[in-house]
Amino acid sequence: MQQITDTPDYILSDELRESVNAAIVLERPLLVKGEPGTGKTQLAIAIAESLGMELIRWQVKSTTRARDGLYVYDTVKRLNDARFGDGDVSDIKQYIKLGPLGQAFAAPQKVVLLIDEIDKAELEFPNDLLHELDQMDFFIDETGETVRAENRPIVIITSNAEKELPEAFLRRCLFHFIEFPAPDLMEEIIKVHYPDIDQSILEGISERFFGIRRMVGLRKPPSTSELIDWIKVLLANGWEPTDEKGNVPFVGVLLKKPEDIRRVLSRLGAGDAFVQ
Amino acid sequence: MIFAEFFEELRKHGVPVSLNEWMVLQDALERKVIEPDLASFYRVSRAVLVKDESYYDRFDRAFAITFRDAEPPEQLLERLIEAMKKEFSREFSEDEIKLLQSLPLDQVLQNFIQQLEDGRYKGHEGGNKAIGRRGTSTQGADGFNPAGIRLGQTKGKNKKAIQIAEFRRFREYERNRTLDTRGMRVALSRLRKMTPDGPADELNLDKTIDRTAREAGEIELVFDPRKRNTRKVLLLTDVGGSMSGFADLVSRLFSAMKGEIRELVHYYFHNCPYEHLYEDAARRQTIPTHEVIEKYRSTHLLVMVGDAAMAPTELLHPGGAIDLYLNNPRPGADYLQDFRYEFKKSIWLNPEPERNWDHIYTLRLIREIFPMFPLTQDGIVAGVEHLTGKKRAA
Repeated sequence: MQQITDTPDYILSDELRESVNAAIVLERPLLVKGEPGTGKTQLAIAIAESLGMELIRWQVKSTTRARDGLYVYDTVKRLNDARFGDGDVSDIKQYIKLGPLGQAFAAPQKVVLLIDEIDKAELEFPNDLLHELDQMDFFIDETGETVRAENRPIVIITSNAEKELPEAFLRRCLFHFIEFPAPDLMEEIIKVHYPDIDQSILEGISERFFGIRRMVGLRKPPSTSELIDWIKVLLANGWEPTDEKGNVPFVGVLLKKPEDIRRVLSRLGAGDAFVQ
Repeated sequence: MIFAEFFEELRKHGVPVSLNEWMVLQDALERKVIEPDLASFYRVSRAVLVKDESYYDRFDRAFAITFRDAEPPEQLLERLIEAMKKEFSREFSEDEIKLLQSLPLDQVLQNFIQQLEDGRYKGHEGGNKAIGRRGTSTQGADGFNPAGIRLGQTKGKNKKAIQIAEFRRFREYERNRTLDTRGMRVALSRLRKMTPDGPADELNLDKTIDRTAREAGEIELVFDPRKRNTRKVLLLTDVGGSMSGFADLVSRLFSAMKGEIRELVHYYFHNCPYEHLYEDAARRQTIPTHEVIEKYRSTHLLVMVGDAAMAPTELLHPGGAIDLYLNNPRPGADYLQDFRYEFKKSIWLNPEPERNWDHIYTLRLIREIFPMFPLTQDGIVAGVEHLTGKKRAA
């Protein structure tokens, strides 16, 4: 059985490891949900790296349609070729381009397929993929060919929960909710990014960061990626974890909403001078 | 058996589990995805059965109830293994079953546990044979007692799983909590109305071919507008007084609506709308109520937001407005009726917890005018259903 492990850049919790391994063995898509910045996308990259497989990424947008993932038939190009006598118009194949899902099925090796931010698309989008994700094949109308996966790809689907996903779709997936990392896991994550960070600075930052996250009523609590950026700024400015009141500079890096910044600053008793 | 019990508890706690998912869990057991300890069973079964973190807490409670009653751990294991055995019994031969039955149960169990922990449990076939054979072998019989150590270890793991479940750390994700903006957007997204609109940027192949043929092969590309959200809503919110406690909640609703609605028109009132509505929350700019009704009645859906709590006179008497200078010529309820009957579809969202609704007199009166829903995720979903006249597809 293929088992995934930590990679140099990514730390897996036991729970997540077990969910991933279950999804691989059961050959079902793993739907990963969690706050932005909890490493959902990174997970797919880490799985591909850990298993030495290619990663094919399908970034879903509000206008994405299920068919785009299978293949695209470039009608306009073919019409123009017909008009101007370029290319072999009778060979439809050259106007068919496989989408990310199509590429994952057609790949000679087993690959990891990441369907990123599936909730960005229309509500019915996931339902349009049910057959393809179950059977791992699809039919190209224009050429009469069937694309079938010889090796079922490992499918990781991420969602920020902007929309509810359809029941029929959910039933086919395994589901994992990534909790926001607890302080000790977070310290490990920080060390991955800043291996040489001083322990007292690390603890000082962690304490302040979780202090801010715990504040009630924040519109957008800071996430891991913002913390990583914040640490970069703090280290570049030679920050020291002193007990001085309001020693939490550059909160503008952590917080994106003006009302959150105001709220945090007033709680911390810091002046506006600290805002970047 | 214990699986049936677990299934039943999940149902009782309102965790929606389909048969399909139940079969995946059995598949997971058979394919050795689950390690032979309860913590692993907890994690994998949750990944297979629960598809929404707002049900994690209910899952935890159901899990704790099912497996906590099973103390002492020896008995718990017995039941689990009994259930597992049942899963695999299809594969047992008659002889093997007889053999199993002829052995003292605890001996079989101990061997089974031993097998599991030695990692010798390889799929059903190997597993069955191993149990059968091992049961008759010397290892299981003469005083060799792995239970003392092994069960002790397993007990720790079981305890841990129950503790994880009983700790209920997912409580805050439970549904029906007051909402963040995203949760509201999810609930409001069903309000979208998709109609062709905006610039033409989508190729219409049929028309293109048709037109090209007419032009004797001169390529003529025809584009159509894409479908876009065209939903329009008039939002009226109560500000000030008893609503100040809900200010944050209402502002989140507003920002969520902005994201899901093409055209959102927003005015304010204080307790009840009278001759004028306010354009700003500070109530400085006013606009005549009848103008607003006239302008939006045929194109917009109406969403009222307020706690519907006020003095009865404010609703029932001319001149009863809380701001006396308004000196309203008609009772407040009249204006509400105007809104209700001029707009084709309207709802009232109330931030006041539903359990208090029966105790507020004016709320009961307003509820007779407007279909009222609580300002929670489920409440918004129900309200949106009412507005769009669509029942939610299961």
